[in-house]
Amino acid sequence: MKDAFGAPQSLLVLGGTSEIALATARRLIALRTRRVWLAGRPSPALDAAAVELRDRGADVRTVAFDALDPGAHEEVLGKVFAEGDIDVVLMAFGIAGDQARDEEEPLAAVRVAQTNYTGAVSAGLVCAGALQAQGHGSLVVLSSVAGERARRADFIYGSSKAGLDTFAQGLGDALQGTGVQVMVVRPGPVRTRALAGRPEQPLSTTPEAVAGAIVTGLRRRSETVWVPGSLRVVMSALRHAPRPLFRRLPL
Amino acid sequence: MSVDTVSLTGWGRTAPTTAVRFRPRTYEEAAAVVRGRGPRGALARGLGRAPGDAAQNAGGSVLDMTGLDRVRALDEEAATVRCDAGVTLDRLLRILLSRGLFLPVVPGTGRITVGGAIGSDVHGQDHPGAGSLARHVDALELLTADGEVRTVTPGTALFDATTGGLGLTGVILSAALRLKRVTTPLVSVSTERATDLDDLLARFTAAGSDRSPYASAWIDLLARGRATGRGVLTRGEHAPSSVLPAHARRTMRAPRTVEPDRRPTGPLLPGGLLGRTATALLNEVRYRSAPRARTGELRTTAAFFHASDALPDANRLYGRAGLVRYRFTVGYGQEETLHRVVRRISARRCPAFRAELQRFGAAGAGLLSFPAPGWTLAVDLPAALPGLARFLDGLDDEVAAAGGRVCLAQDARMRPETAAAMYPGLGAFRELRAELDPTGAFRSDLARRLAL
Ligand SMILES: Cc1cc2nc3c(=O)[nH]c(=O)nc-3n(C[C@H](O)[C@H](O)[C@H](O)COP(=O)(O)OP(=O)(O)OC[C@H]3O[C@@H](n4cnc5c(N)ncnc54)[C@H](O)[C@@H]3O)c2cc1C
Ligand SMILES: NC(=O)c1ccc[n+]([C@@H]2O[C@H](COP(=O)([O-])OP(=O)(O)OC[C@H]3O[C@@H](n4cnc5c(N)ncnc54)[C@H](OP(=O)(O)O)[C@@H]3O)[C@@H](O)[C@H]2O)c1
Repeated sequence: MKDAFGAPQSLLVLGGTSEIALATARRLIALRTRRVWLAGRPSPALDAAAVELRDRGADVRTVAFDALDPGAHEEVLGKVFAEGDIDVVLMAFGIAGDQARDEEEPLAAVRVAQTNYTGAVSAGLVCAGALQAQGHGSLVVLSSVAGERARRADFIYGSSKAGLDTFAQGLGDALQGTGVQVMVVRPGPVRTRALAGRPEQPLSTTPEAVAGAIVTGLRRRSETVWVPGSLRVVMSALRHAPRPLFRRLPL
Repeated sequence: MSVDTVSLTGWGRTAPTTAVRFRPRTYEEAAAVVRGRGPRGALARGLGRAPGDAAQNAGGSVLDMTGLDRVRALDEEAATVRCDAGVTLDRLLRILLSRGLFLPVVPGTGRITVGGAIGSDVHGQDHPGAGSLARHVDALELLTADGEVRTVTPGTALFDATTGGLGLTGVILSAALRLKRVTTPLVSVSTERATDLDDLLARFTAAGSDRSPYASAWIDLLARGRATGRGVLTRGEHAPSSVLPAHARRTMRAPRTVEPDRRPTGPLLPGGLLGRTATALLNEVRYRSAPRARTGELRTTAAFFHASDALPDANRLYGRAGLVRYRFTVGYGQEETLHRVVRRISARRCPAFRAELQRFGAAGAGLLSFPAPGWTLAVDLPAALPGLARFLDGLDDEVAAAGGRVCLAQDARMRPETAAAMYPGLGAFRELRAELDPTGAFRSDLARRLAL
């Protein structure tokens, strides 16, 4: 159960090696979290993540989960929930794709869409149902600022996040009054290992900062979280910028 | 019987969860709910005045007991009453007072049910003499996991598990209580101001202080420096009939000359506005407006015991994030810990308006009962205060190291291992539950959170 400050005792991460998710798990373990499930594609990285969190005092288990295999979601996730309440589900899987290649290879683009959007729709619905049955819990969805407005540089990824974001907002509305919170997190570019070495982008952030914002959002029972927080204002302006102008912005 | 799906919180309005709420009007309806419970179990709920998650059962059934509100038998001769669990203390007090009777234990609010009062084994300002409520219970009717109703009497393991058992042994349907007699509906009150915490503790224990059974102090937790822990000590005793004019002696009605107490006892500001500056100011006013020393002031029992019930719901003043009540006790001889906790809260400048210090006497037999001989301090804090979670964990450690404990019935945030360390009766409580209720028919959010 979450305490009065929204700190969960149990956590399920979908996308168990995600840097943002692991930064969040570390923070939550430092608060109240004792049981952690890392769901993801089996790999040495997944096992290593489990070991690292175990060293921090949590009881960590891994479970095989593939976003691209929605047919199995019900069964895989059902088993996790059958083992005990999950206070927070963190949906962190996702791929950025490679815009240039994905434009050349439609099947690669579809893979981005299927992972980030349809995979999330399926897993999100399964988790929402389980949370609703237990009468409490939060579903934290990692969307992206890229879903707010199409950009030339990453619209394939962006459109998948736009779909995910809209889905998560609607799900949150549908779950009003059920005791289940859906929190949409919209980070700007996050300086993860994958982005290391690339030039600094404006309004970028770190996995730790996103983790901190998630913990605060849980405490405040927020519906939407922007990281950094200033993105909320920036995007409310950019959202309405005329397209010819937006195209010319150095974003 | 009405049924709906609702999101529930305690008085502190933190950590909402959803349950199916049933409102039984008869014992049979209550039994039907318990028998027909789903896999997430059932739990009794009174008026939801527990500040934390004690009266919540996420995803399960909650029995709202306020529909079971009949006073079954009142024996004026023997001074006993038998009533349903959903009867409120307020109502009971009104009925009793008109007959020269009074509740044996009166907690800080009258807006709670008899079932909730027993479920958290409440204490009043006269704990050193009166003990907690369980001491005055002759018998309970308890609806257990099998759907049967048992009569539970003092001296049995089930009684000790149920009083203070937070609804986890079953649903209390009715209770028989032993009452006390009073000759007037008035309390003779004395007030004194203490300049710091040492002064306050000394006044609590001063010679002759046990003449007034009721004693409670408000501490100004925003006072700093030499004034740290200053406060106002209020004592009371039931006024003898000699204070009443002759014509009023038989009626048990408060004479018109006694005004209800209208001095400020709580802030009246709109939600969330209560910052630390405002609180510091209000505290200053409250401290200064208290008499340095006054005796023999007459107040109605309602004004003395439940003045804050007359104000708009104070829990709404803490904004959307709600409030967290921190109530702990440390034994006599551990005053240094009390000092440290008060200093730490003061140093943090928490906007704490409600802060109440009382004394406890001998502990009862309740396995999870809170009171133990010593000092008890209760502080209401806004849950939105940054860093409060860790700060309170630190206080827990301080209290545990001194052999003290934090009140389960009012908790919303403790760690399971701290709770287990503070309540040595928990092992026996778990064993009894495992035997009586192997499938876990009775569950609460608190029990899940603390692995009770
Ligand atoms: C302003 C204020 C002042 C307070 N002052 C004091 C005080 O001075 N001393 C003190 O001891 N406490 C005090 N309390 C705490 C309060 O007395 C307890 O939390 C009490 O249990 C609340 O009663 P309720 O009817 O609202 O029960 P709820 O809050 O609804 O339930 C509390 C617990 O009792 C159980 N319960 C309720 N009904 C039944 C039943 N029929 N059978 C079995 N279990 C049941 C519930 O499952 C739950 O675990 C105060 C609370 C407030 C808000
Ligand atoms: N990094 C950013 O700049 C940024 C910005 C905004 C939003 N986000 C979003 O935030 C989330 C987490 O980001 P991150 O940077 O922490 O990501 P990351 O470190 O790259 O991790 C992504 C995770 O997704 C998993 N994943 C990919 N495909 C999967 C599939 N088919 N099935 C199951 N798991 C799969 C990966 O698992 P494997 O180990 O098996 O590959 C990995 O655990 C993502 O949704 C991302 O889109 C990121």
